[in-house]
Amino acid sequence: MIRARGLAKRYGLRPVLRGVSLQVGRGELVALLGPNGAGKSTLLRMLAGLTRPSLGQVRLTGLTLPEAAQEARARMGFVGHQTFLYEDLSAEQNLAFFASLYGLPDAGPRGAELLERFGLWGRHREPVRAFSRGMQQRLTLARALLHRPQVILLDEPYTGLDRTAAAVLDECLSEQLQQGAAILLATHDLEPAQKLAHRAHLLAGGELAASWTRRQLASASFPRQYDRALQEALDG
Amino acid sequence: MAELRASLAVIAAVLRKDLAIEWRSRQLLASMLVFVLLVILIFNFALDLDARARAELSAGVLWATFAFAGTLGLNRSGAIEKDGGAMNSWLLAPVDYGAVYLGKTLANMAFMLVVALFSLPVYGVLYNVSLFQPGLLLVLALGSWGYSALGTLLAAMASQARSRELLLPVLVFPLLLPVLVSAVRASSLFLQGQPMAYIWPSLNLLIVYAVCMPVLGYLFFDFIVED
Repeated sequence: MIRARGLAKRYGLRPVLRGVSLQVGRGELVALLGPNGAGKSTLLRMLAGLTRPSLGQVRLTGLTLPEAAQEARARMGFVGHQTFLYEDLSAEQNLAFFASLYGLPDAGPRGAELLERFGLWGRHREPVRAFSRGMQQRLTLARALLHRPQVILLDEPYTGLDRTAAAVLDECLSEQLQQGAAILLATHDLEPAQKLAHRAHLLAGGELAASWTRRQLASASFPRQYDRALQEALDG
Repeated sequence: MAELRASLAVIAAVLRKDLAIEWRSRQLLASMLVFVLLVILIFNFALDLDARARAELSAGVLWATFAFAGTLGLNRSGAIEKDGGAMNSWLLAPVDYGAVYLGKTLANMAFMLVVALFSLPVYGVLYNVSLFQPGLLLVLALGSWGYSALGTLLAAMASQARSRELLLPVLVFPLLLPVLVSAVRASSLFLQGQPMAYIWPSLNLLIVYAVCMPVLGYLFFDFIVED
C-alpha cells in the first residue's frame, strides 16, 4: 500500500533524507521512530505528496506520485504538525468543507459520527479558535479519517491528547487496521509504537538505522535496544 | 462532464468557506471599509477643488482607493490559508487546484464589490456625483474581477514568503497597471457622459484582462502552491 524507494531530500546543501526505502502493507501499522530533527516529518510530507523528493519514488495503493497524485490523495489521510483547520470556522463547518472537497455523499452523518467519537459533538458549532490544543488535535484526527482513507500517515498524532482521547485514537487505528488500512506512524514516543505497531524503523541522520519486529517491540528490553541503536546511529 | 461538475463543486465549497470565515470574523470587510472611507474623506479635504475638477478626478480617486483597499483583502485572504497550515487541507484533497483558485478569486471579488457598494453612496454625497450608473457598475465589476484574478494568484505566491504583507503590493501594482489605467479611463468617460465609441477601447482592454487573467491563474496556480 505504501512503498518508498530511495527517497532523498536536500534543502540547499544540507541533506535531510539519504535514500530511505520502506514499505507498509495492507492492515499493517509501521512506526517510524527517531529523535527530533531526524527527518520523520519530511519523509511523511513526501509520502503525502506535499513535498517533492530530490530523488526516489513514492507509490501509494499502487499509484505513483506525482503522476497519479490526485487519485492517490483521495485514498490518503494525513495528520501533520499543524492542524490544517480554519480557525474561524466551527468544527462542523471545517468537516463539511473537507467533505465537500472529497465529494462525500454521507458528509453530515459521517462528520457527526466522528465529532461524537472524539468528544467534540457538544461544541461542534464553536469556532476552532476557541478550542484547546488537545481539542484541535482531536478535530484534526477526525478530519484525517473523514473520508475513510486506505493509507494513513500520522506525524506525532498523540500531541496534546489526554488519556481518553489517546485511547479513542488507539481504538480508531485498530479499526482502520482491521478494515485493511496501511498506517505509518511517526513518533518519538516509544509507548504507542510498542502497543500498536507490527514493525518499527529508527530514522536517524536521514537514514533508516535500525528495524524491529512486533516481537522485539513487545519485549521489555526494547527501550534499551532503541537507545543503543540511536546512540550508534548518532555516533556513526 | 463529471470533472466539470466536481470542479464547480470545489469552486462553490471554497467560495462558501471564505464567505463563512468572513461572516464569523468580519475582519476583512471591516478593515477594508474603514480604510476606504478614511481615504475618501482625506481626498475630499485634500482636493478642495471646484465641482468640475472634482468630477474629472473622481474616477482616479475611486480606483486608487479600491486598489489599495484590495491589497488589504488579498493579504487577509492569503493569511487565512497560511494560519495553522489550513491550505494543506485542500492540497491533500483530490481536487483540481485551479478550481480552488477560481473559488478564492470569486470570494475576493465579492469582498471588493461589497466594499464598493458601501463606499459609492458616501463618495457620491461628498463629491456630488451620481455613481450608480449601469456603465460605471459594469466597469467596477470587470475591474474587480481582473484585480481579484491577478491578486489571488500573487497573494498565493507572496504567502510563501516571510514578508508577504510587503511583497504583495510590490508584485500586484506593476502588473495591475493595465487594469487600473483602463478602469480609470472608462469610469471617467462614463461619468462625463461620453459616447460609447470613446469608451470601447478601455472597456475592451478590461474585458481581455478579465478573460485572460483567470485562465493564466487557473493554469499556473498548481505550480505556485506546490512545494
